[in-house]
Amino acid sequence: MSTPDDRSAEGRGHLNRSRPNEGTMMEGYNFAYLDEATKRMIRRAILKAVAIPGHQIPFGAREMPLPYGWGTGGIQVTASILGPADTLKVIDQGSDDTTNAISIRRFFRRVAGVATTERTAEASVIQTRHRIPERTLREDQIMVYQVPQPEPLFKLEPRRAETKRLHALADYGLMHVRLYEDIARLGHIAKAYDYPVMVNGRYLMSPSPIPAFDNPKMHRMAALQLFGAGREKRIYAIPPYTEVRSLDFEDHPFRPIRAPHACAFCGSTDTYLDEVITDDAGGRMFVCSDTDFCTERQDAAASREAAE
Amino acid sequence: MTMLTAGFADPVLDAQACFRAVLEAMSRPGRIQRAGSALTPPAPLNQAAAAVLLALADADTPLWLDAGAEAEAWLRFHCGAPVAAAAGAAAFALATAAPPALAALDQGTEEEPQRGATLVLQVEALEEGEGWHLTGPGIEREHRLRVTGAPAGFVAAWAANRAGLPCGVDVILCAGDRLAALPRSVMIAEG
Amino acid sequence: MYVAVKGGERAISAAHAWLEETRRGDPAVPELTIAQIEQQMPLAVDRVMAEGSCHDRFLAALAIKQAKGDLIEAAFLLRAYRTTLPRFGASEPLDTTRMRLRRRISATYKDLPGGQVLGPTFDYTHRLLDFALAAEGEDRAVAPEMPAPAAEVPRVTELLAREGLMQREALAEEEPGDLTRQPLAFPAERPVRLQNLARGDEGFLLALGYSTQRGYGNAHPFVGEIRVGHVTVEFTPPELGFPIELGEIGITECQMVNQFKGSRTEPAQFTRGYGLVFGHGERRAMAMSLVDRGLRARELGEDITAPAQDEEFVLYHSDNIEATGFVEHLKLPHYVDFQSELENLRSIRRTAEAALPEAAE
Repeated sequence: MSTPDDRSAEGRGHLNRSRPNEGTMMEGYNFAYLDEATKRMIRRAILKAVAIPGHQIPFGAREMPLPYGWGTGGIQVTASILGPADTLKVIDQGSDDTTNAISIRRFFRRVAGVATTERTAEASVIQTRHRIPERTLREDQIMVYQVPQPEPLFKLEPRRAETKRLHALADYGLMHVRLYEDIARLGHIAKAYDYPVMVNGRYLMSPSPIPAFDNPKMHRMAALQLFGAGREKRIYAIPPYTEVRSLDFEDHPFRPIRAPHACAFCGSTDTYLDEVITDDAGGRMFVCSDTDFCTERQDAAASREAAE
Repeated sequence: MTMLTAGFADPVLDAQACFRAVLEAMSRPGRIQRAGSALTPPAPLNQAAAAVLLALADADTPLWLDAGAEAEAWLRFHCGAPVAAAAGAAAFALATAAPPALAALDQGTEEEPQRGATLVLQVEALEEGEGWHLTGPGIEREHRLRVTGAPAGFVAAWAANRAGLPCGVDVILCAGDRLAALPRSVMIAEG
Repeated sequence: MYVAVKGGERAISAAHAWLEETRRGDPAVPELTIAQIEQQMPLAVDRVMAEGSCHDRFLAALAIKQAKGDLIEAAFLLRAYRTTLPRFGASEPLDTTRMRLRRRISATYKDLPGGQVLGPTFDYTHRLLDFALAAEGEDRAVAPEMPAPAAEVPRVTELLAREGLMQREALAEEEPGDLTRQPLAFPAERPVRLQNLARGDEGFLLALGYSTQRGYGNAHPFVGEIRVGHVTVEFTPPELGFPIELGEIGITECQMVNQFKGSRTEPAQFTRGYGLVFGHGERRAMAMSLVDRGLRARELGEDITAPAQDEEFVLYHSDNIEATGFVEHLKLPHYVDFQSELENLRSIRRTAEAALPEAAE
């Protein structure tokens, strides 16, 4: 039925497949990889997500050329919002140089030909896995979070038909009980990451597996925050300046966790730190997880020294 | 039958630009955006409403409209959206004159509030910094928006719409090539 | 002095080059051609088409070559390609009574219209390694010509239905859902369930189907019929209004006959478990029909007690592209969350240790 010869890009009936900077971009694929009908479907879901802060919108996630669980939800959201004027930053674990961040950045350079950056300040769209940058984000920036598991209740109730009902009723007793059990057993809430939040006082939401340290940054952030879960086929959002509260109790307020050290490179004492093992004799050091922020601080310190 | 005027000059990039304008508008209710297209849609369609529908409507979104046969033919051709017989069955409702009651549009359900319709509402003019006081998600303190040609009783109808949260209707106001959005979460007080 | 790891870009490029080298293997050994894979590994091609959800033997064979023979990876390559293709619409329903049969067997009757056609099957082979195959260039025995099949072969389940003993399936009026375009929602309709199973992981379907035979679920299955062969695909372009032939595809269909005790509204009768897959995939079609029958528990008013009857469990975990992605994503860096856990655990231990001396006093 088919031979290799019928499969040129034209033969496949693709519309709108030739774009301006064709030279640098992958041939045979649409701008930003997704076809236009898929982008429209995702865009409609994003708009409803913004209108209903914290509510998970099911969407017809497509297979992407990267594996499920490796950021396909974030990639589809980014691909649907990205335009030629955007500058994209991709981080994984706070760093631009982790292999998956590099792979995703490469993907968008190939399929959308957009400018990329490692500087948080220069980016208009920031796709992230597991961190929020330390630098305060602005109104002209959009955060896109990769989400492995959008359902905050999944460990307590694996059935989606049931969690959907609980969200409709805003019945989050299960989660309160779970957190209270921690307090009773351990003296405090033992959730260190993917710490559940209430959005706009209505929906319980997973912030994605960011460390609880990052949760307060979500509260009334100036930038729009979009969340994409590809395998679980859900999109949700937090509009700018929206109330985001980490769940807690009056007598046990939310406490962000970080290693109680200073960064070995830039000396920062209020950023999230990675622990690096330096030898097999208990040697370790702590360095900023946000590599761009750390580099900026080191550069600033160096130029201060030079000026003195 | 007259020739149809063209759709987006660049279907990929124009749709992206228009979507980003709508996203920005929906994220910051009351802030005015430009739909950014050089469309020449048939009357009574204005540029912004035409661009919004070209960017977002398609075969998967039933469309209700009051814009007459010529505009309908134009939208059918360029979007491929099926025309809904009743406003309540539409994903997008386009009102170029007095719109159907917000309560007559699809509100979604408690489990699936995202099914609530989007009303694309053409008005005479939009102006920032005066008029309505808007508060809610997307707004740091307060946004002001003057809507010239808003339907009579809109602010009261909006309060009723907002009382149904998370169900309800989202509105995109279009004037010329400018647009502003009212997501269901926004509160409006008369200015 | 520790230096932050850099050079990920170079590492990725090098990894890709090494991957390519190991894919090719020893260059002294002749390279596999796509035609060789297509012709000599047809069942691997069939499985990749089924799980890749795309009927194209050439592309499936190419994917197998590119994936170094990892069939899940190959199915993933095919899926990622499939998803970029424009969608023209849905074909007319396949008419499997008019299949060009290569194999057709029934376990429920000794003989029946259309006959038992054994066809090319591993059944009744003795599983002894054939060392003669290791000697290349050997001429193999020529198979006898296959008898010309009947133009129309009635289905076993239809024979039972005419007697009123087999539950008839309701004819759907609307176009079935498509989970490649809409996400799963529950309760899931049968067409969507079948679509999910048809492209589900063969190992998962096999284990679940097997579990229904071992008491996890209420199965009493008989193979009404398995048919393997080719069927014509027709499509009605809206501008024409009548169906045109697109070509033929290879498929395997299994209809499993199951007892049903009856309910308040339905008399005791047989019910059907259905399996239909791309290519020659009997194991897959049979397992699918067992699981399909298991998932009908809700609509038939049976107790839901076993995994194979639980539609959320089955449908959310059947897809090996999703499953492999999420299982394997654990090898991505997770050190930020792990650091949070470390600090958390240290803090718990500190609290506990601080409490100890008091307890000792």
